[in-house]
Order: sequence, then structure tokens, then C-alpha cells
Amino acid sequence: MIRLVNLHKTYRMGDIAVHALKGVSLEVEAGEFVAIMGPSGSGKSTLMNILGCLDRPSEGSYMLDGREVAGLDDDQLAEIRNRKIGFVFQTFNLIPRRPALRQVMLPLLYNPEASDLESKARAALERVGLGDRLDHKPNELSGGQQQRVAIARALISDPVIILGDEPTGNLDSRNSEEIIAMFQDLHAEGKTVVIVTHEEEIARHAQRIIRFRDGHIVSDEPVRDRLYARELLASMPAEEDQ
Amino acid sequence: MNLRESISVAFEGLAANKMRAALTMLGVIIGVAAVIAMLAIGQGARERMMAQIQQMGTNLLMVFSGQTRRGAVMGGFGSMESLTLDDAEAIAEKCPSVAKVAPETRNGAQVKYKNRNTSTNIIGVTADYPDVRNYRVQNGRFFTERDVRSSRKVAVIGPTTAANLFGEVSPVGKTITIKGIRFEVVGVTAVKGATGGFMDSDDQVFIPISTAMRRVFGLQYVRMIGAQAKSLELMDRANNEITDLLRKRHHIAEGADDDFVIRNQAEIIEMAGETARIFTILLAGIASVSLLVGGIGIMNIMLVSVTERTREIGIRMAVGARRRDIQWQFLVEALVMSLTGGLIGVLVGVAESWIIGKIGGNSGWNTSVSAGSVILSFCFAAVVGVFFGFYPARTASSLDPIEALRYE
Repeated sequence: MIRLVNLHKTYRMGDIAVHALKGVSLEVEAGEFVAIMGPSGSGKSTLMNILGCLDRPSEGSYMLDGREVAGLDDDQLAEIRNRKIGFVFQTFNLIPRRPALRQVMLPLLYNPEASDLESKARAALERVGLGDRLDHKPNELSGGQQQRVAIARALISDPVIILGDEPTGNLDSRNSEEIIAMFQDLHAEGKTVVIVTHEEEIARHAQRIIRFRDGHIVSDEPVRDRLYARELLASMPAEEDQ
Repeated sequence: MNLRESISVAFEGLAANKMRAALTMLGVIIGVAAVIAMLAIGQGARERMMAQIQQMGTNLLMVFSGQTRRGAVMGGFGSMESLTLDDAEAIAEKCPSVAKVAPETRNGAQVKYKNRNTSTNIIGVTADYPDVRNYRVQNGRFFTERDVRSSRKVAVIGPTTAANLFGEVSPVGKTITIKGIRFEVVGVTAVKGATGGFMDSDDQVFIPISTAMRRVFGLQYVRMIGAQAKSLELMDRANNEITDLLRKRHHIAEGADDDFVIRNQAEIIEMAGETARIFTILLAGIASVSLLVGGIGIMNIMLVSVTERTREIGIRMAVGARRRDIQWQFLVEALVMSLTGGLIGVLVGVAESWIIGKIGGNSGWNTSVSAGSVILSFCFAAVVGVFFGFYPARTASSLDPIEALRYE
């Protein structure tokens, strides 16, 4: 699904060149659930931006779903973000004052081939358990609910890969578990999922953890004692969710 | 993103900052309204001017004495004395295309009635003058050819003069004094309205031209000869006939300049139209400056909006908006503001013009709103929206998606 070969990324800050990625090679198979870890400045965010086609590598090759995307222009990258990638952010990144239904619809508005926008958006919201919150605006939703709206938005175009950039970073432990459970559900349905996190707990929900330091991969190992969010949630004391 | 979605997003954005949007639109509203009102005033002035020129007479040619020239200094029309009463008679007799001739003299003088007096223009004319220059007599009569031939001391006065001298009293049959000479008032002309701006055709005293020249002012020359062509088509021919005749009568050598000037009514209409057009353009030009300022207001607020919504732009880009989608969205928002403002401005401008026409109609402030001026100013508002919306939209579309997403 994802194949990176000798990927470099260099930022210029005035006269100083910052090497954020120094020759990263990596493969993620279709249907895998991968967590990327590392301290800040290790290059994991840069990698995430490149994987999400928000940024281009300075050097190297990035094959996504059988297509080389390293040399594409802005419009082509926008189309790939629109059709193939579902992005979930730490800060939810919903547009203020828009009801949930219209948040979720957003990617389809940029896809001229899309149809039945409203019914698709409704289905996506029902899938994340917010079928009764269609008209709620972000400020009327809890953090966990906002993140679920964001997940619904990421799912609506039926992308080949879901990317989570610290998706639980702004949530309490119960809401984190809810969200990560949703990622595990998506994975179970066959989606390829890649998340960035600095929490070991969260990372252990994935199948595989890749650790970064100074722009290099320092380890790439399968998770032995994998956590299952649904089980954890069942054992957690019930608390008011909304 | 399709147009409907863009427009609905634009209205959402504006609704979120109602006061701000309203104030921004106010700039455009004032601009558009000002342009429409100024064009209406200009057009109204033009129409009034045209009506006044028509009042001067029908198919009228005006023959003036030529200009004096001292070195490079040109005197005004009539500053050279060359036209005589005989010239006028000759034109009437020998120019087949001319129907009637009305020579005139014009001098300022004080007119007295009992203990009242007024300063006005004393115009010496012939009996044909009312026909040639579209005057009607309201009270009494105009003087006759016999009055003129025998240089009688009779006068026809304008309604304003009548009011100044006589108040409510009927002037007909009363005696007025001009430069110490007593005149019998035989008639009062009908109200014509001010013509030409600097001459009040209702504040004049007409006396026989013979009386004016010989008895009152001692003149040899007439100021002007009005000649009425037999038809509109014959005006050019009449013009040529008069030129040939006067050159012969004044013994002007081949190739030498005329010592008279002929003004054609059509020419005057053209000149006045040109003047009115310049006046209108000037007014509209000044008004359009305020529309430009309104445009700058739009640009300002759009730049603020782009900054405030940097994160939204990042989100849109992350879910697949292309740069041109973002640019389009902000351009539409600027356009929605300028067009909404333009629409309201049209209504305000039309209302304003109507009110100006109502209030000022009696004092010469006619207004006339044309469909063209409405369309023009509305399109101008649209152009302003695109022009001033373009830069902020461009700024929005050139943001880096990663930076935009991180923007706090």
C-alpha cells in the first residue's frame, strides 16, 4: 500500500538546512495497522505530512496504492488527499459554526464525481455513532464527539488509507479509548491505518510500531501484547460520555 | 466546489460577522448610490439644458458680429460692430431659405415705475421676435410692425420684471421710465423659465428696435440677428445664403475672414450636450472614487477574513481542496459582498435621485435615472468586487497547507 524508498526531507531555514528525514525506507501492506512513535523533532510529523500528501519529499520515492506521488503537482496532490486519504488530526480540525452533517460532507464538495452527498454524510455519521447529532455544531459537541465527526469526514470518500496525527492527543483516557477503538474497527474492516502517537499505551493498539529518532527509523517491530480497545472499554467504569 | 456551495459558504461567513459585513457593504452601497445619483443629476441637467435650448426658438440661426482681435486677444462674439438693421432686412428679403428675421439689441438699464425701480435688460426687437424666439404674450399684446416703423415708445415686459415693478397691479396701460424716457406698457410675456443659465428670459423689457437704437441708446449696430430657417433641412442652406449675402454686403475680399459669426441651433445643442456630458463624467468620476474606497474596504475585510480563517483554509486543503477552489471561495465571498452592496446601492441611489429631483426640481436640480446608469454602476460594483477580492483570494490560495493547519 505504502512504499517509501530512501526518502529525504530538507527544510531551509534561512541559511541553515534542517534534515528532517534522512533516508527513510518503509513498506506498509494493505490492511496493516501501524503506529509511528518518536520524540518531537524526530521526523515523525514530517513523515506524516508526506504520507498525507500535504508535503513533498526532497528526494526519494513514495508509492501510494501503486502510484508514484513524489513528483506530483499541487492539484494532483489535492486530488489524492481527496480520494485516497482520510486525515484525522489531534485538534479535530472542524470548521467552526458548521453542523456535523456539513462538516462530514466537506471532502465530497471537492469531488465533482461525488453524488448523494447528504445521504453519504448521514451514513458516515451513523457509523461513528453520531446519527442523532447531525445538526450539532462543533461548539455543541464534546471533544470525543468532535473527533468522531472528524473520523466520519475522513471515511466519507472511502479512502484507501486512514492517517491519524496524534488522534487521541487532546482527549481524556476514556474518549481516547473510544477513538482508538474506532480505528481498530476500521482496521478490522480491512482499512490500512497509520497513526502517529507519543503514548506507548495508544501505540500498543496497533499491529506494528515504528520508532523514529533524528530522521531515521531506529526500530520497526510487531506489537507482541496488543491491546484491544473494545475489551478495555468494557472493563472501564461507566461514566457519562456526553 | 460548485457555485451554490460557494455562495452559501460566503453567506455563512458574512452572517457570522454581520456588523462587519454590513459596514463593508456600506462602502459599496454609498459608492453605487453616489454614482447613480450623480449620473441622474448630470442627465437631468442635460435634459433641462436641451429643453431650454429648444425654447430659444425653432430652426434658429443666430448671426453675431464678429470677434475683435487685438494681437492674440480675442473679444467675445459681438465685440466687433458690423451688423446693421439693413443687414437684417436684406437677409429677410434675399435669403430664400430664411422664413423670418429678428434682429435685436441688448442693453442693461434701470427701469422705473412710480417709486419702484429695477435693473434689467432692455431688448430692442422687431414685431417678428416672438415668432422667431418662441415668446408668447400673456397679457395685452406685442408691438406691431407699425410701432417699430414709427419708433413708438411702447414696451412689453417679462413677468418677473412685472412682478418687480408692479407687484399685484396689472402693468398693461401703465407708464414706465427707461433712461428718462416714458414708455407705455402694452403687454406682459408668458413665463418661460430661466434659459441659458445667465440670462433670465422672464426678466426683460422689450421695446421696438428702432426706438432702442435711435432714441434710448443711440446705437448704429445690432447685437445679433436671429434668423429662422424655413425648415430643419434648410438650416445649412440658410446658413450659406446668409454668409454669402453678408460677405457681399460687408465687402469682404475673397479669402478674408468673416466679420460675423453664425451660430446654428443644432451646433449649440451639440455644444451644450458636450458640456453636460463632461459635467456628468466629472460628477460620476468623483462619485466612483467613493466606490473605489468601498472596494478597498472589501479588500481590507477579506484580508482579515483570510487571516482569521487560515485554519479553515488548511482543513479544506487537507480534505482535497485545490488552490483554485480556495481562491474561488474567497472571490465569491468578495463578490457576494460587492453585489449585495451594489444591489442595495442601486435602490438607495434611485431613491436618492428621486428625492433630489423632488426637492430640488424647482431650483434647477432635475434628475433622470437611466437604466444604463443603473447597469453601469452595478457592473462597476461587480468589477470592484473582483478586483479587490482577487488579492485576498490569491493570498488564501497560496497558503501552505501544513502551516495553515497549525495556525492558531
